[in-house]
Amino acid sequence: MLLAIDTSAGTSVAIVDRDRGILAERSEVDTMRHAEVIGGMIQAVLDESAVARAELSGVVAGMGPGPFTGLRVGIAAARTFALALGRPLVPIVSHDAIAFAHFAAEAAGVAGARTAPLLVVTDARRREVYWSAYSGVDELGLPVRLDGPGLAKPDALPALALDAFDAFDGAFERLDAAEISAGALGMVAELSFAAGRPFTADEPLYLRSPDVTPSNGPKRVTR
Amino acid sequence: MSSPSHTTPSHTTPSHTTPSHTPLNRTDPLVLGIETSCDETGIGIVRGTTLLANVIASSMDEHARYGGVVPEVAARAHLEEMSPAIHAALAEAGIRLDEIDAVSVTSGPGLAGALMVGVGAAKALAIALDKPIYAVNHLVGHVGADLLATGADGASEPLQYPTIALLVSGGHTSLLLVRDLTGDVELLGETIDDAAGEAFDKVARVLGLPYPGGPHIDRLAAAGNPKAIRFPRGLTLPKDMAKHRYDFSFSGLKTAVARWVEKAQDAGEEVPVADVAASFREAVVDVLLGKAIAACADYGVPRLLLGGGVVANARVRELAAERTAAAGIELRIPPLSLCTDNGAMIAALGAQLIMAGNEPSSLDFGADSTLPVTEIQVR
Ligand SMILES: [Zn+2]
Repeated sequence: MLLAIDTSAGTSVAIVDRDRGILAERSEVDTMRHAEVIGGMIQAVLDESAVARAELSGVVAGMGPGPFTGLRVGIAAARTFALALGRPLVPIVSHDAIAFAHFAAEAAGVAGARTAPLLVVTDARRREVYWSAYSGVDELGLPVRLDGPGLAKPDALPALALDAFDAFDGAFERLDAAEISAGALGMVAELSFAAGRPFTADEPLYLRSPDVTPSNGPKRVTR
Repeated sequence: MSSPSHTTPSHTTPSHTTPSHTPLNRTDPLVLGIETSCDETGIGIVRGTTLLANVIASSMDEHARYGGVVPEVAARAHLEEMSPAIHAALAEAGIRLDEIDAVSVTSGPGLAGALMVGVGAAKALAIALDKPIYAVNHLVGHVGADLLATGADGASEPLQYPTIALLVSGGHTSLLLVRDLTGDVELLGETIDDAAGEAFDKVARVLGLPYPGGPHIDRLAAAGNPKAIRFPRGLTLPKDMAKHRYDFSFSGLKTAVARWVEKAQDAGEEVPVADVAASFREAVVDVLLGKAIAACADYGVPRLLLGGGVVANARVRELAAERTAAAGIELRIPPLSLCTDNGAMIAALGAQLIMAGNEPSSLDFGADSTLPVTEIQVR
């Protein structure tokens, strides 16, 4: 069982089990209150699932992409929780959770439905978006990322997508997401782990440099 | 206002925290403190008033090329330094994480994005360990640092209350009246523009010195004449004193120094950097101590405590010693490693709150960049 935390958009926390699925999940869409809500939400999923801390085999962190201030809160929390438990941190690309949930819903809805290539888009603020391109799911139901995650101006997306989905004659479905489910994130981690798939790097996906310019020396105060 | 006083401990049970089993050790609590309000990632471990570990990872070098603390750079560094600093502190203290009785964390004041990293990390740590959490005030933490300096061996007498505290760094310049560390702290004054440490950085840039400016100005000033140039003392004129008796302002001073230097440069003269540095430093230190000593006199408090990174400045310590001696005031300066921002002071304050009988904070507190000093613990 895993504790999963994602703060790349709002805040989402879940306890998942590979066989039993999502045991408890809490989500908050507010993108300004990560630090306030994260503690109560972790406590709530532990209480609701009645899973003992010692039963957790790892802690999943949504590594983004996401606007930096909020993104860090969840990663910091996941890392210290893992440290306290003496269990590994499992880093997962947050967009993978969006794609996983989308494809799972699609597969459940229509028997034998073909999963169309998917472009996941989330808000990066400052009139930019984060994007990832998926071809569909593999035999485990895990999303297959063709390209991304990347950062782009909204009007550059069509060209980027055309490129990413070249092998599919440019046909794809676009999904603009405002929420990331920690439950889905946790299930991606469970399935990946069971299949021995590699995880992403334990590095926050800011995809942006801190916007500062090195100083060019002092400005004159007298004219 | 009204922060919890130890004489009237609150008995309200926090919403969803309250560690289940073992009652909290209130006589000698082992507390891990997390501090991320500015550019130092501080992890400290104390047992009661005994310092066990004080690990500080600074991102100062990364800020050097920008000439000042860049909040986003500081916050990114906190996230990367957090786990290594916790490991290092545990090793230094020689304890296991599950031995601690509580987690203490800076809730504010400070840089919001930087504070949030510490808050998120601390909450998860406390919940994972099933231990209570105490969200505390950074500025009051600076005062709490002094408790650790006395040590368990009783090497020096513990600080008596009330005391006036002058807390000066790159992030804050505050004058406090502390009647009771865990129950009664009053803000007498603070900077209305730049922090004193910021003024040092900005003047250093004017003089072509690297960041952080304090040590470089200190070094140059040693060879200069502090009376060579009479730079303005902010908020010391009678008309300002009526409204801002204990407030500080360093923005005008910084501009005055820049003007003076530009005038000399425009006239093709060589800038006497040592004299400028010494005169500037004297103006800052003069105002800081003038107001602090005045507060001691006005409130009849014969004790002054210094805290914050600017205490590293030799002239601050020197003039403080001179003027307090002349005024019959007891001066307290914790060791420098406890003056700069650190986690040990946050752990020390947390331990004091526990020993005073305070209940833990709820899990709902956030990062408050402007947390008032009257809020010693955020509930
Ligand atoms: Zn400070």
